[in-house]
Amino acid sequence: MTAVGAGKTSGVRVLDPAPGASGSSGAGRRRRGSTRGAVGRWVVWALLALGALVMFFPVYWVFVTAISPGGLSQGSGFSLWPKHFDLSVFARVFEDQPIGTWMLNSTIISVASVLISVSISLLAGYAFAKYRFRGRNALFALMLLTIMVPIQVIVVPEFVIISKLGLVNSYWSVILPSAAQGICIFIARQFLVALPDELIEAARVDGASELRIFLRVVLPMSGPLIAVLTILTFVWRWNDFIWPLVTLQTSNRFTMSVGLNSLNGAYSHPWDQIMAVTLLSMIPVIIVFLIFQRQFVQGIAESGLK
Amino acid sequence: MTSVPTRSEAPADGRISVGGRRPSRGRGAGAVGGTGGAGRSGRSGRSRRESRVAPWAFVTPSLVLFSVFAFAPILASVVLSFENVQVFGGGTFVGLQNYQTMLTTPLFWEAVKNTLIFTVGTVPTSAALGLLLAIMLNRKLPGRGIIRSLYFLPMVVSGVAVSLVFIWMFDSNDGVVDAFLQAIGLPRIGWLTSPDWAMVTVILAVVWGRIGFCMVTYLAALQGINPSLLEAAQIDGAGSWRRFTGITWPLLNPTTYMLIVLNVVFSLQAFDVIYVMTGGGPGFSTTVLIQYIFRSAFTNGQMGYASAIGVFLVVVLLLLTLLRNRIAKRTEEES
Repeated sequence: MTAVGAGKTSGVRVLDPAPGASGSSGAGRRRRGSTRGAVGRWVVWALLALGALVMFFPVYWVFVTAISPGGLSQGSGFSLWPKHFDLSVFARVFEDQPIGTWMLNSTIISVASVLISVSISLLAGYAFAKYRFRGRNALFALMLLTIMVPIQVIVVPEFVIISKLGLVNSYWSVILPSAAQGICIFIARQFLVALPDELIEAARVDGASELRIFLRVVLPMSGPLIAVLTILTFVWRWNDFIWPLVTLQTSNRFTMSVGLNSLNGAYSHPWDQIMAVTLLSMIPVIIVFLIFQRQFVQGIAESGLK
Repeated sequence: MTSVPTRSEAPADGRISVGGRRPSRGRGAGAVGGTGGAGRSGRSGRSRRESRVAPWAFVTPSLVLFSVFAFAPILASVVLSFENVQVFGGGTFVGLQNYQTMLTTPLFWEAVKNTLIFTVGTVPTSAALGLLLAIMLNRKLPGRGIIRSLYFLPMVVSGVAVSLVFIWMFDSNDGVVDAFLQAIGLPRIGWLTSPDWAMVTVILAVVWGRIGFCMVTYLAALQGINPSLLEAAQIDGAGSWRRFTGITWPLLNPTTYMLIVLNVVFSLQAFDVIYVMTGGGPGFSTTVLIQYIFRSAFTNGQMGYASAIGVFLVVVLLLLTLLRNRIAKRTEEES
């Protein structure tokens, strides 16, 4: 069954070198090759490692600032590591701010978004991939069009709609507007188009209903697709900022991003506290990323959208 | 590799698929068209009707949500752009006045200029760095996996978190960056307080988050290159630079086009980082178009005017998408 996956989504082999694509100079067999190749390789490696350290530095800085009392300010000379290790700031931010509530809100909203978004994208993607119906292409184009409209452009009418529905400041006000995602439907269609029609036809000849075919034939083969959509949706929704900022109005409803931003409004910057909350806001997505890096990178490569 | 694409397929395709293999199209869709023709089961009538209704049933949940939360507000925004609205509530139709105001407001042109600077600052840099890294990583190296992960990691960090870390690192009093500059004998810089440098700082933050994406895309493209081409060139005595300029770079052309267009789209939509880091300031030095839209709607309460700028921005984005589809199509015809 998994062979089907090779159709599309597993087609991206970003995370393992293509056979023979070693790129190093012919395994040093050529004449001038060996010593220069070896030196060159070390230079490349050193550059890469240095770049990686620079890339990682901001994340490291969040951590180091959080565990330094007062936030490792650079007023008295330049230092890159804390003098002593102090985790008390975490206890303090949990006391001062409703961090637990924000975390819970973000989790509820992200998980609910994943459930809804992935289900409806699979259904719609399947319809666009395997059926021919009137207006199919126009409808698909319309749905893709929504990708091009930034939320900031439609935020006012969107807010009016949400208030007419009486949803302002509720979880639903964040979940519903971003539940249907053109990009997820696009990814789903790309994957499902590659499923063999023979299996679907065979089930149809056996008299299975269309829904049953979807549930019993298509879904079991969509594992990789579901993984990609789940991870992308989770990360995107966890990180959503501007729409929750507009629609969530009381601190007990804030998501992590909105709560974090509210700390930035403070007159004095207690940087150790701000970075502690920043770190807490990053941990879930970083964990998801580390576990599902392959699917995440594939999804990003597939979709060409972030 | 597939049948000649029909025009009606255009919206669905014409996008690059990383990894090279595009599922064959046209085939899947047609499969159901004449269903029930099997007719063996005696239920053909039912199943034919069912397979006509089924796709609509499958699309309905998305369609309902899109209609309420995407199509309706988009239409409303277009309508608003022709109205004079001061606060929430009814507006009066004023024709093209908002667009006229837009074109004659110096601040709008300032925002256009800033958007151009921001785009030029972010797009080529992240694409070039992504390419460089992809080339270096496209080989066996010790610790490759970890190095690659470190480059990808910023992709998952939220805009708000990125902004706060950068505000802190580039802080004029206690920031680590200025302290470092001072330690190596360079002058301190007002990263976020001077209008000239604020844009640079914002660009740095955005590029930091985007390198991973460009690297992934280039890595996928590099792995699609047939290694025997490079080996042949090597046997002919071409050095590595010659191999790159003669073979690799031309083969990466479609990817480069695609990345440029995509990155321009991302840059035009980039909001969170600017909003949190500078709020468009100091002065208006980092007020890009999307920031200006938000500001007009929320700070100045000019809903109609904000919508007009929004329509302008979306039109630009759509034109870019068309361009991207054209590129993808051309690439496909060539291959």
